[in-house]
Amino acid sequence: MTNKEYSNLVKKHTPKVNHIKSMSLAFFVGGFIGLAGQFLIDFYVKILNVSISNASTYMIVTLIFISSLFTALGFFDKIIEKVRCGIIIPITGFAHAMTSAALEYRKEGFVLGLGSNIFKLTGSVILYGVISAYIFGLIRLFVIGA
Amino acid sequence: MIYFNSFVFCGFVCLIGQLILDNTKLTPGHVTTLFVILGAFLDSFGIYDLIIDIFGGGALVPITSFGHSLVHGALLSGINSGVMGLVVGMFSLTSAGIISAIIIAFFFSLIFEPKN
Repeated sequence: MTNKEYSNLVKKHTPKVNHIKSMSLAFFVGGFIGLAGQFLIDFYVKILNVSISNASTYMIVTLIFISSLFTALGFFDKIIEKVRCGIIIPITGFAHAMTSAALEYRKEGFVLGLGSNIFKLTGSVILYGVISAYIFGLIRLFVIGA
Repeated sequence: MIYFNSFVFCGFVCLIGQLILDNTKLTPGHVTTLFVILGAFLDSFGIYDLIIDIFGGGALVPITSFGHSLVHGALLSGINSGVMGLVVGMFSLTSAGIISAIIIAFFFSLIFEPKN
C-alpha cells in the first residue's frame, strides 16, 4: 500500500465533523458559562457585600465546585463529548480534568494511585502556565520595565 | 450590557478553541495549555486588564485568565522585590482556584465511585 492509498483510507474512516454545529455549540455553551460567571460576581457583590475581586474568587470556586460535583455524579463526561471546547476552555474543564483523574485512580491506592495521578491531566496547564509566567515576568521586569 | 459582553467574549474564546480542535490534530490538553500561555502573554503587556474592564466576568472564566493571574500576581510582588518577588507572588492570585480544585477533587473521589 502506498502512502497515498493509506492517507485516502484514513480520510475515509475519520468521522466527519459538522464544523458549523460544533462551533456554534461551543460558542453558546461557553458564552453561557461566561454569562453565569458575570451573574455570580454581581450576585456575591450584592448578597455578601464583598469587593469585586473577592467576588470573582468566589465565582471561580463556585464554578469549580459545580463542575466537580457533576463530574463525580457521572453525567459531565457525556456533555463534554458533545460540547467539547465550550466546557473545556472555561475553568470548568480544569476542575473536570482534576476530579476525573482523582476518581479514576483512587482504586489504585492513595499514594501511588490518587497522589501521583491527580495532576495527570491538569499538570501541563500548571507547568506551562508557571514557566511562561516566569519568562514573561522576567521580560516585563527587565526588558520593558515595570 | 456587561452580561452581553461576557457572553460574547467567553463564547468567542471557546469558539477559537473549538476551531483549533476541529481543524488540527491537537488534543484538548494542547489547546488548554496554549490558551494559558496566551493569557500570560497578553497580561505581561497589560492587554488582559483592558479586556477584563470591557468584558467583565466573561474574561475571568476561560482558562486564559489562569495565565493572566499567574503573571499578574508575579509582577505585583516582582515590582517591589525583583526576581525573588516573581517566585514568591506567582500563585498569590490563582491559589484559590488551584487549592479549591485539589480539595474538592480529593474529597469527591473519597465520596463518589467512578461511573465508567
